[in-house]
Amino acid sequence: MIGAARGARFITIRMAQREAPPPVQAAALRALALALALATGGLFILLIGFNPLTIYAGMLRGVFGTAISIRETVKLAAPLCVTALGLTVAFKMRYWNIGGEGQMSVGAIAATYFALYHQNLFGGEWPRWLLLVTMAAAAIVAGALWGLIPAWFNARYGTNETLFTLMLNYVAMYIIQYLREGPWKNPRDMGYPKIAMFPVSAQLPKVLGVHAGWIVALALVVLVSLYIRYTKQGFELTVVGANPNTARYAGMPVRRVILRTAAISAALCALAGMIKASGADRTLTDGVAGGIGFTAITVSWLANLSPPAIAAVAFLFGMLEKGAGYAQSTYRLSASAADVLQGVILFFVLGSEFFTRYRIIIGRAAPDERVA
Amino acid sequence: MTAGHNAGADGLPSESVRPFMEQSGEPALELKRLTKTFGSLKACDAIDMTLYPGEILTLLGENGSGKTTLMNMITGLYRPDSGAVFVRGRREDIRTPNDARRLGIGMIHQHFKLVEPFTARENILLGLPRSRGKSAARLRGDIDALSERYGLGVELDRRVGDMSVSQKQTVEIMKALYRGADILILDEPTAALTPQESDRLFDMLRRMRGNGSAIIMITHKLSEVMALSDRITVLRQGKRVATVRRDQTAPEQLTEFMVGRKITLNIERPSTIKKPLLSINKLCVKDADGSPRLRDVSFSLDAGEILGVAGVAGSGQKQLCEAIAGLVPASSGEILLHGRDIAGQSPRQIYDQGVRLGFIPEDRLGMGLVGSMNIVDNLLVRDYRLQRGPFLRRAGAAKRAGDLVKRLSVMPPEPLRPVSRLSGGNLQKVLLGRELLSKPELLVTSYVVRGLDVHSSYVIYDLLNDQKKAGVGALFVGEDLDVLLELCDRIVTLCGGRVTGIVDAKTATRERIGLLMMGDAV
Repeated sequence: MIGAARGARFITIRMAQREAPPPVQAAALRALALALALATGGLFILLIGFNPLTIYAGMLRGVFGTAISIRETVKLAAPLCVTALGLTVAFKMRYWNIGGEGQMSVGAIAATYFALYHQNLFGGEWPRWLLLVTMAAAAIVAGALWGLIPAWFNARYGTNETLFTLMLNYVAMYIIQYLREGPWKNPRDMGYPKIAMFPVSAQLPKVLGVHAGWIVALALVVLVSLYIRYTKQGFELTVVGANPNTARYAGMPVRRVILRTAAISAALCALAGMIKASGADRTLTDGVAGGIGFTAITVSWLANLSPPAIAAVAFLFGMLEKGAGYAQSTYRLSASAADVLQGVILFFVLGSEFFTRYRIIIGRAAPDERVA
Repeated sequence: MTAGHNAGADGLPSESVRPFMEQSGEPALELKRLTKTFGSLKACDAIDMTLYPGEILTLLGENGSGKTTLMNMITGLYRPDSGAVFVRGRREDIRTPNDARRLGIGMIHQHFKLVEPFTARENILLGLPRSRGKSAARLRGDIDALSERYGLGVELDRRVGDMSVSQKQTVEIMKALYRGADILILDEPTAALTPQESDRLFDMLRRMRGNGSAIIMITHKLSEVMALSDRITVLRQGKRVATVRRDQTAPEQLTEFMVGRKITLNIERPSTIKKPLLSINKLCVKDADGSPRLRDVSFSLDAGEILGVAGVAGSGQKQLCEAIAGLVPASSGEILLHGRDIAGQSPRQIYDQGVRLGFIPEDRLGMGLVGSMNIVDNLLVRDYRLQRGPFLRRAGAAKRAGDLVKRLSVMPPEPLRPVSRLSGGNLQKVLLGRELLSKPELLVTSYVVRGLDVHSSYVIYDLLNDQKKAGVGALFVGEDLDVLLELCDRIVTLCGGRVTGIVDAKTATRERIGLLMMGDAV
């Protein structure tokens, strides 16, 4: 038992959290990541028979080429930003809300009800501002209630919110499909299952050429920052997330904080759904969330749960999406190739974030970084 | 595992008659100028140490003096930057814990590394290559013989999960011995033992010493140092300041070595005027699965009194503190504070009644503080609710944090540093400081000096005495009986969730309390 293999030595690779690197070094790391991403992506483009430089230039043109393309990018970024802000509120409490998709859908459904059927309520046309405010309010209320379902079970019985919110995504999506096939099917589409377009008064007005969702997004960046950092509620949710025992010890109403925070988080995601439906789609489809609820998780963490950074990251994601889309339509790059390109770039950017937060130790066994 | 190093020693030398082992022959372990640096911190600075077979050497030092780092270099967890380790005269390069094991070096950590659902025997054999040709019966016999030789007295076929802390520790020691360890390192082995269990451990260690084992023990408790060791090596700030023979030193001198200046080892016990404050009547608490953790606990605590609570770890201390603080519900009984029953109320309800209760839980980062937050925000945790309106203002707390840092000399003095990056002693100062800022009338403290070095501990005792003089009633759950006897006015002993005695600390003895802790009700 003593003579255990002496000769065997293993090279070990371990990671350890590091202090935040100085800004210059962090910037250099990110620049390096971008260069690597472009190089790898370029190789891929070369392999499928295109000229990387042309494609990249095209992507840039797609994003910044004209005022229209910038607007299109903003249009993609706005709902993503709002959803990521919503998720961030929950993530701060270590409540893993991955139900952004479903919450967006529910918000869009509630808004659509008023968009299409408000005339049945009090008769006649509503002023545009009143209709839009009502739609937003409906989305917020519906989202909050939707978000309360998993939160109540979590606070009451300790159920796993990750699975619960994830599963509710599908429920919400199928509700839209049901509405599309049944009660809300547009009779004018001649049997084709589609929900009617919103009347103009139910569409978000344009500001500087893009629907007003971006203003909402920017306003929410400020509001969410303030909420988390400078309100008592924000303080409570941070403590509950960081240490629920201390929260109980300090007499915080832990269950109520969980319910409230989950409701706010879902309400914001639902508002994003309303923005998407009313501003971009101008109708309700089962693709209203279209993966935004999931991408927002990445955005939120990539921004390290900081609202201003979320705005920036959401814009970058919008650029990527828009650029890839442009390359696809202009150079007839296949959709999946565009997706691969997007994935490669994302991979390196996320990777560089990993290296700014962790360091890699390659060595022979002995853990060495713990000061005793 | 061989007894050959010290053939002359009999099996069971008694402490009083045993002559000091002559430092002759080949050392079991020799450290030469061992150095380890972490960043700019010299954790160990050219430390020399020699350990002979058949001796117990105590390694003494405050927190952060380099004891653990030094031991980690011997057990293969860290590699020294420079210096050399000689084992039985041969220079060895200990790179991994496996190397250390191969060289017969065994370490008993404070937190045991045992598999709870396995039996003692399974744990001992765990991880060893299947011994060729050795039958199960043979292995069984080996372990039994070992247990007998050292008088370990553990039921080897019992599940470790069902064992007491002391028994688990014995299993841990057997594990090391079975793997052939004759250089044994124990890191604060008595932290969770009753006096009687500590005595048993010491007997066991003496027997091992008699059999030629070389033992290094890390401890904070000077009474144990004086009771057990042959020689003592004192470290301070990464340097070896002294190595002395037990029979040529005294606790005062050791403390001076440790701290670097003279400090008095007497804890004050100021007399105060007592007034009734808290009275607990037939309090019962059950845990989540319904098994009773406190049974009919009754005692009273006066304003201006420090009431000690003694008991083996897990005797209900935690439930008692948390029940008073409103964190666990009482299944029956009363907790009367100023004659008002607060049993079953939430911390918030208690607070809203105007009761000022300070609580220092045993696991500071687990409950009480938020590690990722800075001192300012940690102060706010207690009183943010008192602010009007929906917004949080930090200015007041920032000022108080600054004062606290200055008054209790928190190091480093940075109120905006996340508290998880403070050392144990400074963490405790922040927690205690915050609770004292709320001007409590009742202070519940649980293992308030656990893990703190001598100096920090005395700072804390002084703070508690200040509170006592100011008319605060304090419940002091402690583990060091000497401290309990010196600091407290009275001591309540708990065993299995019951009060087994309430004694006057001025007249009680360690032995008496030890017996009460074992359940010998009055």
